[in-house]
Amino acid sequence: MSDSAYLRPPWKNLERQHQAVTLGIWAFLGSEVLLFAGLFAGYSVYRGLHPAGFLAAGRETSIVFGTVNTAILMTSSLTMAMAGRTAKARLFHAARILLFATFALGLLFLVLKGFEYREDIHKHLIPGPGFPISVEGAALFFSFYWVMTGIHATHVTGGLVAVLRLIVTSRNDTAWLAGSGSQEATALYWHLVDMIWIILYPLLYLAGRTHG
Amino acid sequence: MSETLSAIPDYLHDGTTLRSWLFTTDHKRIGILFALAITVFFFIGGTAISIVRLDLLTPAGDLVSDDTYNRLFTIHGIIMVWFFLIPSIPATLGNFLLPLMIGAEDLAFPRLNLLSWYLYMGGATFTVLTLILGGVDTGWTFYTPYSTMFANGAVLTAAAGVLISGFSSVLTGVNFIATTHALRAPGMTWFRLPLFVWSMYATSLVMVLATPVLAMTLVLVMAERWLGLPIFDPSRGGDPILFQHLFWFYSHPAVYIMILPAMGVVSELIACFARRRLFGYSFMVYALVAIAVIGFFVWGHHMFVSGQSAYANIVFSFLSFMVAVPSAIKVFNWTATLYRGSISFEAPMLYAFGFLGLFTVGGLTGLFLATVPIDIHVTDTYFVVAHFHYIMVGGSVCAYLGGLHFWWPKITGKLYPEAWARFAAILMFFGFNLTFFPQFVMGYLGMPRRYHVYPPEFQIYHVLSTSGAVVLGTAYFLPLAYLLGSLWWGRNAGINPWKAKGLEWQAPSPPPHKNFPVPPHVPDEPYDYHPKEGPLAEAAGDVS
Repeated sequence: MSDSAYLRPPWKNLERQHQAVTLGIWAFLGSEVLLFAGLFAGYSVYRGLHPAGFLAAGRETSIVFGTVNTAILMTSSLTMAMAGRTAKARLFHAARILLFATFALGLLFLVLKGFEYREDIHKHLIPGPGFPISVEGAALFFSFYWVMTGIHATHVTGGLVAVLRLIVTSRNDTAWLAGSGSQEATALYWHLVDMIWIILYPLLYLAGRTHG
Repeated sequence: MSETLSAIPDYLHDGTTLRSWLFTTDHKRIGILFALAITVFFFIGGTAISIVRLDLLTPAGDLVSDDTYNRLFTIHGIIMVWFFLIPSIPATLGNFLLPLMIGAEDLAFPRLNLLSWYLYMGGATFTVLTLILGGVDTGWTFYTPYSTMFANGAVLTAAAGVLISGFSSVLTGVNFIATTHALRAPGMTWFRLPLFVWSMYATSLVMVLATPVLAMTLVLVMAERWLGLPIFDPSRGGDPILFQHLFWFYSHPAVYIMILPAMGVVSELIACFARRRLFGYSFMVYALVAIAVIGFFVWGHHMFVSGQSAYANIVFSFLSFMVAVPSAIKVFNWTATLYRGSISFEAPMLYAFGFLGLFTVGGLTGLFLATVPIDIHVTDTYFVVAHFHYIMVGGSVCAYLGGLHFWWPKITGKLYPEAWARFAAILMFFGFNLTFFPQFVMGYLGMPRRYHVYPPEFQIYHVLSTSGAVVLGTAYFLPLAYLLGSLWWGRNAGINPWKAKGLEWQAPSPPPHKNFPVPPHVPDEPYDYHPKEGPLAEAAGDVS
């Protein structure tokens, strides 16, 4: 199939279409950064107001789950990047395998996150009656923990849907991976979700453990 | 027009089924869909505030209950800000005109554009039903801790609807940015873009970068109200002022989402009806971008009395004065464009003049409010209400109506009745000032906003304001009637009834599905109304 088959209206030129898709995604990523910036700002303000509470609460998150999940998500970004490179080199079979790997790693992240949530709930780490840490501000830390990881998990889910779309659409037409801009667009989004996690990880899992 | 041209059906007749409208990806049809929706919401929001104004005729508050009163002004605020003003010019005129003005077939992502409309409709309908059936009494600002801990009513669902329609803004912004970058016709360089396109571009930047902060703020409010997580609750260590910072980080730039497109429209109108090249084109562009950028750093002027630090107040006050500089540049440039112009007074130009006067009053009173001591005196009074209505209604709505009249022949292919339109424009200006000028006075004298019952000495101002609102309401119903009527009885407009220079006027009226039968090429700057003045022009025989 020739590349011009991937032209969508109103485009006349595939390269231009790719540029527009990439630019559009970058603009959208700017929007996503500002979305999380609201959370980062809130977290910073409250950490400044209640350093002791944030320190005490930050020790209660599960460092094992957090660290393993960080490794998993970063590996998924690696496989995603390799999928892009292999697709450009027209090694479509390899690209599809790498997309499968990305999808599996993303799913694994969510499953582990679910187990982590179960452990958190067992430890009553939900602000409200029965919340175990009495230092002021600890409950605020956990409000942000739940909202931040929840919104991030929603983004991972959205990313998984996008990766699944790549896998399904390229099933009968593997060249689509290189011809349309979709792989690159999905990859950009996936990497952003990964990078957001790289900020969340120290905020939620490491900051409380800085003073031994 | 040649035979082949008239053989292509225009976008209005390119499929007549409901399905052909609801699943369209044509930017022009999506613009019409948005226009229909915002018109309905405008009149719902207008009805709510009409009841409020009627109630305020007497100091006693005897028409509706206190609770209903609060819910009515909340309906008005939420609908007018999020479901009328934010999408008003960008999603309707912007959607329709952006591709036409740059010589493109459509927006960069037509299906995404349709998704924007569905997100908007989903969110807006949901919230409006919530407001009418359930009721919310927080005002459009959702201030915490009232909204999270005390308010009775459907805060949660109303916020969810606003959140959903926010995604529509972001996607429209992304679409406009990509379109402006990648779909300009050959020869359409950045500094040949009409100012309306520049204004859409600047607005898109604000929509893309500010809206997500509102989204997250609403998520936090919902998390607190629904899940009971402490976030803004002061009794559990939270800080309600944080909410105000996050909220205004969006909601101040949101004012620029409303006013930048209006500035774009007015630039087109003034150039056309003064028959002049716009004075200081490049500075108009820089001013648009400067307003969009500085507008992100002035949100703290909404919080001078919140207890934020005095140093923050000084900085936010200074920055608010800074944003007035590019705004003033624009006002002076529009005025200078008139100099030696061949001015005519068609209805769109009357609206443009109305904008110029009302925006200037709104802008100058904005400087009063940016001055900390005066702001402390008039915080939460009708002075503030009058100020932002001069900007949002006197500025944005006026420009929207001006633009609607100006491009009506292009959108529908029909001419509207000019005499009626001029009458409506003048009536609007009169009614608007009668409604809102007394509010400056009573606000300065100490009448607080959002009060149901008020001291009798303010009654005279409220009576003036309510009488003005009757006139204003009439002036808004008139265009609804004669514009709709013109669809049946209007004369055919032809391609370019105003003899305007913009690229959109080279397409047929109404344009066919892909806009330009022949792909356009742009050899000149915009606003070439006075080509090559002086001896050069005479030499070229180019005096028109």
